[in-house]
Amino acid sequence: MAEVIWGLATSHVPSIGAAMDNQKTEDPYWKPLFDGYAPARAWMAEHTPDVAIIVYNDHANAIELNMTPMFAIGTADAYKVADEGWGSRNVPPVAGAPELSDHLLVSLVDDGFDMTVCQELEVDHGLTVPLSVYCPEPGEAWPCPVVPILVNVIQYPQPTAARCLALGEALGRAIRSFPQDLKVAVFGTGGMSHQLAGARAGLINEKFDRMFLETIETDPAALAALSREDYIREAGSEGIELIMWLVMRGAMGPAIRRVHETYHVPASNTAAALALFENLPGAAFRY
Amino acid sequence: MPASTPEVPGTYVFDVAQSNRGYALNRLCGSFKHAANRERFNADEAAYCDEFGLSEEQREAVLQRDWTRMLDLGGSIFYVFKLAVMDNKSMQDLGGIFTGMTTEEFVNALNAGGRSFG
Repeated sequence: MAEVIWGLATSHVPSIGAAMDNQKTEDPYWKPLFDGYAPARAWMAEHTPDVAIIVYNDHANAIELNMTPMFAIGTADAYKVADEGWGSRNVPPVAGAPELSDHLLVSLVDDGFDMTVCQELEVDHGLTVPLSVYCPEPGEAWPCPVVPILVNVIQYPQPTAARCLALGEALGRAIRSFPQDLKVAVFGTGGMSHQLAGARAGLINEKFDRMFLETIETDPAALAALSREDYIREAGSEGIELIMWLVMRGAMGPAIRRVHETYHVPASNTAAALALFENLPGAAFRY
Repeated sequence: MPASTPEVPGTYVFDVAQSNRGYALNRLCGSFKHAANRERFNADEAAYCDEFGLSEEQREAVLQRDWTRMLDLGGSIFYVFKLAVMDNKSMQDLGGIFTGMTTEEFVNALNAGGRSFG
């Protein structure tokens, strides 16, 4: 049976990818962030998954405003890297895991999550930057295939935080019922506090971010109880991306161990963070 | 704003009403993900705008690069940013414009830990 071996929460800001693509990770501006990644990267390199499920949002690239799926899943053999308006990132295309996608889709729909199905999907920085955070030098190919799961965080109303945690719990059940022995990593991406537009542009709320970083491990239900307005007010209009971390958290077991975390301000206009959690074997599932 | 959309001071909450208002503008800016469209826009901005059915105000805002007005007229930052990149503007440049600061002042505020509100 498949199992979740670890969960990674990480920012997905484009400039973090650009720093890697343009060899700027040793620059004084970027070095603290990338130094903070190093212990997590070393641990993940010792604990390689067979497949990664990446929960992210598209940014006006694969999804336009004519249709806005709340939750969607990629089911393709492969995903091209999007040109977001300034040329594609020079990173490998993303291999899919269609059998696992199919199983997850059916399980999630049976479990009450009516996912939109994406048979063709160009993936943008929301997915490729987290892959680069995991694997900075992929060479010709990323180290494992990927199942993309998309969450609408751009257009109000976004799914509630509670619904995101519940989706994660259903995702965890779906993974554990997949008959092949697969080691799965789940990525929850985006955040932390940031707001790109309006008079509050440049907002950073470290107090909220630190609370969220701690509570995602210890009491995700408390974060699921926060309203959309709470997220927008406290973490900014784009900081509501943090609800995607709850999908990752829900997919993990009840007993997890924090392997590493790092928090850094600023990465572009955002507070950037990484939190890596190991699933502890043997714990009984609540779900 | 509909009663259900939260009002957060200094913050655009991009809801259906905003999407409806800004649809043509966002479609124009979103089209720049195709390199051929970027070239066509650069060759004749006004003619390109005419293809998308912008309101007169939106058309002016685009041609004059009035970034705050674009957002006020329903622009989504993720769409409008694609136009900004064509002008070699960064998200820090836009942040400065939205907040009445120079880019340097805005970047300094972020380097100092970001802008804090209550």
